Amino acid sequence: MEKKAIRVAYGEALVKVGAENEKIVVLDADLAAATMTNAFKKEYPGRFYDCGIAEADMVDIAAGMSTMGLIPFCSTFAVFAGRCYDQIRNGVCYPNFNVKFGFSHAGITLGEDGGSHQAIEDLALMRVLPNMTVFAPSDANEVYQCVKAAAEIEGPVYIRTARLPSPIYDPRPFTVGKGTVIKDGTDCVLFTCGIILEHVLDAADKLKEKGIDAAVVSFHTIKPFDDQLALEYTAKCKHVFTVEEHSVIGGLGDAVASAIIGHGVQTFTKIGIQDVFGQSGKPADLLKEYGLTGPQIAETIAAKIGK
Amino acid sequence: MDNIQALQLHARHVRQNIIKMVSKAGAGHPGGSLSCTDALVALYFDVMKNIDPKDDKNPNRDRFVLSKGHAAPALYGTLCERGYFGEKEFDLFRQLHGILQGHPDIKKCPGVDASTGSLGQGISIAVGMALGARHTGNPCHVYTIIGDGESQEGLVWEASMAAAHYHLDNLTVILDHNGMQIDGTNDEVMSLGDIHAKAEAFGYDVIEVADGNDMQQVLDALHTPPKAGKPRYIILNTLKGKGVSFMEGQVGWHGKAPNAEQAAQALKELED
Repeated sequence: MEKKAIRVAYGEALVKVGAENEKIVVLDADLAAATMTNAFKKEYPGRFYDCGIAEADMVDIAAGMSTMGLIPFCSTFAVFAGRCYDQIRNGVCYPNFNVKFGFSHAGITLGEDGGSHQAIEDLALMRVLPNMTVFAPSDANEVYQCVKAAAEIEGPVYIRTARLPSPIYDPRPFTVGKGTVIKDGTDCVLFTCGIILEHVLDAADKLKEKGIDAAVVSFHTIKPFDDQLALEYTAKCKHVFTVEEHSVIGGLGDAVASAIIGHGVQTFTKIGIQDVFGQSGKPADLLKEYGLTGPQIAETIAAKIGK
Repeated sequence: MDNIQALQLHARHVRQNIIKMVSKAGAGHPGGSLSCTDALVALYFDVMKNIDPKDDKNPNRDRFVLSKGHAAPALYGTLCERGYFGEKEFDLFRQLHGILQGHPDIKKCPGVDASTGSLGQGISIAVGMALGARHTGNPCHVYTIIGDGESQEGLVWEASMAAAHYHLDNLTVILDHNGMQIDGTNDEVMSLGDIHAKAEAFGYDVIEVADGNDMQQVLDALHTPPKAGKPRYIILNTLKGKGVSFMEGQVGWHGKAPNAEQAAQALKELED
């Protein structure tokens, strides 16, 4: 299967969506070569603003620019969401300014740069902010859809992208706030988001070999969350698992939990980063270290539902 | 009455408004509001262009960002005096469902161009406005008032670097230099050092005003034509609590409301 890093898809999407909408400007904090906004910079140099290594300033500059009718997309590493969080909160979300955040290198598959650079908390930080829409696309096609939707939404939007090349799936219908059934099943459901989908699908295959029919449901939108679809599959499958390349605290797992609590769930298990920081290593080794490869996910699930 | 006297009278009214608001609410920041009142009046009644309470979203209006957002009573007092809303709004200053929030809120208060209060952010937002104005060909000028205590925030200097880098001559940063902050004088808490030299080193065209509470001096500075390609930085040497004898130069009146008796005395001192 063809692979592409979704950060690359983000850069390409900015160029494409930027061609249709002149109000879009792109800001970066000296990471254009890594967040891939340099694709936009090359195409539209007059609409690209480097803010230097000053993420907080970038966010508030974007806030100010948005008041002039522009649609600024800010980019940096997802791990730096923490260092400009006050600006995202008070500078952008509080006044509901029309600023977009395309933050890359999320999760442990960032790899060798290590725990200091592996964002495992960004979804939690973004979910809790009023007015914020939160996207965690799972492949290149969804990234394009998220960027396109972000430009159309009036208000702040967060898009989580990643460094590691990941499969490009056949394009799926996209509606903001709606989850996608990737694979139907009846014994258990695996709710997921982002590029870990590759390993979740692998887990579903492994479960099939064990005689477990697992449904896989992916959410490109973490907020507003598709409570209805989560409830539907909880009712159908009873055993609920969430799989994410993020802390099990505050991310997709908690979005699902909020949706289904009190609605007849038999078992509920959050698979993800178990409240620890990451470390340096090759992405594949890190996934294994933290129990996020397909076979490991399948094992966890099989053990839980006792088959 | 000539212009300067009219402006001085407006400033007197704004100071009355500040006292009324803060004493009614029993909370707020009178000291740093009184110190920047003259600058606000100069801006809203003389300097800023296309300012119209009946058309507060005119895209070509000059913009103002109160980066030291805790001086909200001074901004509200000025906007009220300018006709954006009536004095009855003072009743709900800092109260439930009021438009006059503890810190300026663009979603609630007419005439407010940015929500501020988290220090350091306003100047950065103002830089973004100036950059966005240039990008869109908007002829407006962007003004922001920052505090001296606020200047301890790193973001103030990040924003300053960007203002110079992008040659934002459509931006004026005004420093309300009253020398005091919550825990003491600037020098007791965290010295600013030679702020004039620092601003110059960051690439600003710097003007220093000896008495930032003297309307004529403030006007002269604000009307000095901008230097092409450079953001402007005006240092207003002001007096914290200006206009109310027992508040002047007192650290203790940073975030404290006067009681009824004190408010009455203050209003007496500020009579027309």
